[in-house]
Amino acid sequence: MKAPDADAGAGTTGAPPWPAAAAAVGEIASPAQPARWLDGLRDGLLGARGVQHWGGAIALVAVGLLLPFLLGSFRLELVAKYLCLAFPAVGIVLLWGQTGILSLGQGLFFGMGGYFMAMFLKLEATTHSDSSQALSQFYGSTLPDFMVWNSVETLPWFWKPFQSLPLSLAAILIVPPLTAMATSYFPFRRRVGGVYFSIVTLALASVASIVIIGQQGYTGGVNGITDFKSFAGMDLESPRVSWGLYYVTVALLVGVVLFGRAVMNSRLGKILRAVRDREDRVRFSGYDPAMFKAAIFAVAALFSAIGGALFSLQVGLASPSLVGIVPSVEMVICAAVGGRLSLVGGVVGTVLVYAAKTFFSEHFAQYWLYFIGALFILVVVFLPRGLAGALEQLRGARARRAERA
Amino acid sequence: MNGALLEVEDVTVSFDGFRAVDNLSLSVARNELRVVIGPNGAGKTTLLDMICGKTRPSHGRIRFGGHDLTSKAEHEITRLGVGRKFQTPSTYEDLTVLENLEISYPQHRGVIGSFFFQRTAEVQRRIEEVAAEVHLEHELHTNAGRLSHGEKQWLEIGMLLMQDPQLLLLDEPVAGMSPHERQQTALLLSAIARGRAMVVIEHDMHFVEAIAHKVTVLHQGKLLCEGSMQEIQGDQRVIDVYLGD
Repeated sequence: MKAPDADAGAGTTGAPPWPAAAAAVGEIASPAQPARWLDGLRDGLLGARGVQHWGGAIALVAVGLLLPFLLGSFRLELVAKYLCLAFPAVGIVLLWGQTGILSLGQGLFFGMGGYFMAMFLKLEATTHSDSSQALSQFYGSTLPDFMVWNSVETLPWFWKPFQSLPLSLAAILIVPPLTAMATSYFPFRRRVGGVYFSIVTLALASVASIVIIGQQGYTGGVNGITDFKSFAGMDLESPRVSWGLYYVTVALLVGVVLFGRAVMNSRLGKILRAVRDREDRVRFSGYDPAMFKAAIFAVAALFSAIGGALFSLQVGLASPSLVGIVPSVEMVICAAVGGRLSLVGGVVGTVLVYAAKTFFSEHFAQYWLYFIGALFILVVVFLPRGLAGALEQLRGARARRAERA
Repeated sequence: MNGALLEVEDVTVSFDGFRAVDNLSLSVARNELRVVIGPNGAGKTTLLDMICGKTRPSHGRIRFGGHDLTSKAEHEITRLGVGRKFQTPSTYEDLTVLENLEISYPQHRGVIGSFFFQRTAEVQRRIEEVAAEVHLEHELHTNAGRLSHGEKQWLEIGMLLMQDPQLLLLDEPVAGMSPHERQQTALLLSAIARGRAMVVIEHDMHFVEAIAHKVTVLHQGKLLCEGSMQEIQGDQRVIDVYLGD
């Protein structure tokens, strides 16, 4: 990667990441603020290359904001689904591209976010929706339908917190990163790295999907958890709510990308790259690489979980097919296609890969897997840094030509 | 004599039965610049590896300023004030000279601290000062991967200086340098050894002569002899195993 802040001497990393992120999302930056702060913000956010360099990303956000006006509700829902899947890809860019840790288990964390949200929605549905109430009366139980069918008689203890919205949201934001920390810190300390750690993550995702499928009475089994229609009283099927959710997704995705950017530009980001390239040396600079690796794994898990929770809300389904090895590997492919060194690339890659998946499954359903396999091989062989890398190369070549002229 | 800063006591390390370091004891005082010489395989690098935590001794103890280093992890030893420079220059090649130095600044070494770390005027000043000391003040924005071999060596010494260690362990710091660069490095090392302790492994006897306060000769993992440069050069055993020609 071409060092993104060769301009660093100008104090790029000095810009406080938080106000910067906030100002980019909303309109917090009032013109009355001292100009120096704004300069710092611009440098920190855009780098010295400024608006031209970020023109692409800004245009993408604009397209994202305009899409609801251009697409029908079916297509919009598809785009929303792709955007949810972009969250894990952004995490993978930080984890794999920046830190050199290839996780083949991000589906686990995506699934945690998705299931935690779906559990809340399902419990809300059993107490609020008309059809479920009719069902409950019929069966004489107020449990979710699949529990009734599996003769589960009382609500299991791990379902109880999901009766409360705040607890559910807390679970989505806290449990996945903690799980990531707990499962990775000790392997990292024992210097389990590289492909061996990838195998550990693969196993985690695989175990999770097997448990979900096996424990049908508690998890809904292979069908997953579905058939819920409202979120905190809002009708999930009304166009207004789905527009709102779409914009929340876009805003959170922008937030996640900006947070990732702040990480990359901070000293933390440099340490992560140092860990990627020379983990042994980092210890002798006084850092504990295991802690850094576990922390970035936790961040990637958090991103995945946010995407999963939004997915449940918008697609109306939490299913083991989003937890196991196949979806986890797909998420990695998305990041690779977009460019594993570029956060925005991760988003673009995901949208392209899943759009292609939709297209192929609509027209030549049986070839989808061959297609994605071929795509992955082509990208690895011809575009090792993905689309973002290719774009940068193109830009570099053009700049050199301009210099010569 | 102001007491030993580093004490290596009866240390042995064996790899599959081969004793790379065999019952070795050694002590280095503050303000002392010690050079370790010996033929290949004498255990010089292994000795440094054990002090900085990279290799665990199978037997014996290493003390540094009141701490027992034997049971500590590498990053903990580094934080106590031990700096290590490796034989092949180890810099972060994807980062610039400035970033390499910045990463070595001994503060905010936690995950969250490093996220909020800001390059204050003090840090900037220190980076510039160190860069000037190691003659890289004009290369601050160059990626470390593009430096010459000698410059990488200097950068790594600079990274150590940023850490401000009490004890510096340098493994062949002038390998790949021109005679002029060697001279500059000798001056630099003599200057930074003041107030600290330093252990240097080196083969270039002119360089050793220029910097060493005291020389330790290792042979087959054991201490052969120890003394001033003149004493070493006059010692028949040393002439036999090492200085021969």
